[in-house]
Amino acid sequence: MSTLTATGKAARSRTARPGVPGGARPRRRSLRRLPLNLAALFTLALTVFPVYWMVITAFKPTTAIQSDTPSFLPLHPTLAHFGTAVHADGFGTFWRNSLTVTLGAVLMSLVVALLAAFAVGRMRWRGRRAFILLVFTAQMAPWEALLIPMYVIARDTDMLDKLSMLTLVYFMTTLPFTIVTLRGFLAAIPVELEEAAQVDGCTRPQAFRRVTFPLLAPGLLSTSLFGFITAWNEFAFANTLIIKNQDARTLPVWLSSFSNVFGTDWGATMAASSLFMLPVLLVFLVLQNRVTSGMTAGAVKG
Amino acid sequence: MLTASDTAPRPAVADPPPPSRGRRRRRSLAALWPYLLVAPTVVGTAFLLVYPLVRNTVMSFQHFGLGELIRGGATWVGFANYRTVLDDPEFWTVVRRTLWWTGLNVVLIMVLGTLIALMLNKLGKRMRLALMSGLVLTWATPVIAATTIFQWLFQSRFGVVNWLLVKLGFASYRDYTWFAHGGSTFAILVTLVVWQSVPFAALTLYGGLTTIPAELYESARIDGAGAWETFRLVTFPMLRPLFALITSLEVIWCFKCFAQIWVISEGGPNGATTTLPVYAFQIAQSLHKYDLGSAVSTLTVLILLGALVFNLRRMFREEGAQ
Repeated sequence: MSTLTATGKAARSRTARPGVPGGARPRRRSLRRLPLNLAALFTLALTVFPVYWMVITAFKPTTAIQSDTPSFLPLHPTLAHFGTAVHADGFGTFWRNSLTVTLGAVLMSLVVALLAAFAVGRMRWRGRRAFILLVFTAQMAPWEALLIPMYVIARDTDMLDKLSMLTLVYFMTTLPFTIVTLRGFLAAIPVELEEAAQVDGCTRPQAFRRVTFPLLAPGLLSTSLFGFITAWNEFAFANTLIIKNQDARTLPVWLSSFSNVFGTDWGATMAASSLFMLPVLLVFLVLQNRVTSGMTAGAVKG
Repeated sequence: MLTASDTAPRPAVADPPPPSRGRRRRRSLAALWPYLLVAPTVVGTAFLLVYPLVRNTVMSFQHFGLGELIRGGATWVGFANYRTVLDDPEFWTVVRRTLWWTGLNVVLIMVLGTLIALMLNKLGKRMRLALMSGLVLTWATPVIAATTIFQWLFQSRFGVVNWLLVKLGFASYRDYTWFAHGGSTFAILVTLVVWQSVPFAALTLYGGLTTIPAELYESARIDGAGAWETFRLVTFPMLRPLFALITSLEVIWCFKCFAQIWVISEGGPNGATTTLPVYAFQIAQSLHKYDLGSAVSTLTVLILLGALVFNLRRMFREEGAQ
């Protein structure tokens, strides 16, 4: 195997490309790379196919879905399944519930985490290491093992079937991670910038707000991205804490019981799945670019 | 990274000039700030994490069924719940199954993740971007969306997997009901979890690979190292911390995996996919034996403690190194 040479070549070609003219050598290289590229294509197909299949099923007419030879291209696309999904009982309510819970949890944990990250990253105080240990431990918390006590506690405090309880739980599940990441982003911003602003007459909060905060914005965004995804996707607690009040259900729980809603209507099920996935995908796409550009623009971490 | 703030001479502990009274008061107020800033986190953790954990432990030492849930007044029973659980052969079957489930998933995730990361490192720019986009797409797929997709892929009558298998010559898979059999349901769940987890491992490892200086590979090549030797002597040692990190995270994640299993099979058929978190939930929610469920949950955490503490120590060591 020519792993090494290929690696060396790839590394070199990445840095010194412009000088190489076309000719026999690139062709030989591309031929040698053929197995690698085929393997990559195969991996890509395995990676993408399930999602592709979901989307394409959602657009297929039912006759094409229930056919003995499946079609792999959208020949007669239809929006009928999306209509079925959107008009399913309570779809709008569940959508709103999910959004409320997710945004509430993400905003809460961003604010709380920003305070904590500042204390940990920019101040020296007794108990700082203990606090960091607490955050790390909380990040490792086996949440799946807490379903039962959380259910009992929610029941005792009359918080069962309430979206606020779910918001609090999601706030806590995303908080440790948010603190750790924000602290990382904060550490990447030179403290000298803040000090310079203080020398120029800013108070400490002002220096933070005017200098550090704008530089931290990409970090806040990407952190909220992960928080959003965690809360939006969460199933176990939503399934345990919302039981009687069906109107307070969130999308994952609703979707998990799709067979009760759509029966064997796979087109509608896949349409509902696609609609559920859409916000996550959008958040990913929008923030992914902004975050990477923000990171490179800041160029602090080098 | 953190050294900058650590060496910063701000709220110095002992300053030589004797401060006036007003300034001292201001300083002691300033010394309070960090505690005020972390207070919301501490309060949240106390109520939403520590309290449930304590409650879980307390419940596991009580007699706590449906009656106690509604009326209260649970009685203390000592280790009776733990004895019941540990004496039950089913518990040990579940433990073994959970370990097998975790091991299988983690090995597959790490091997495939490493291979894909190495592949990404060698691909041309366009192909690499395409594969990375595909991985991100998979990563972005919500767990519950993925479970519905996999149920559709493996559907017996119109599922594309059965169609493909029949086309490939495995005629016995015509209308095969995957979810009616323990083994096949288990296999599908492993496929699902691996499919969803590989992107994180692959992309993180690829990120690590790009930080290895090309000179190291160059000198390994000059020394005549083959592909495997290069991986063993250069890549792996360089990325050892990253491998340890991802492996321990995947162990934890796979061990406590719940949503996928619950949605697809609820631990069935015939308990073939019941892992510890599913088992605890079944006992508590379906049988209303909250005490036994809590005991199983506590035991689950204890079994996982090794991986958790390992991770914690690693995080704290990195913390100290900074």
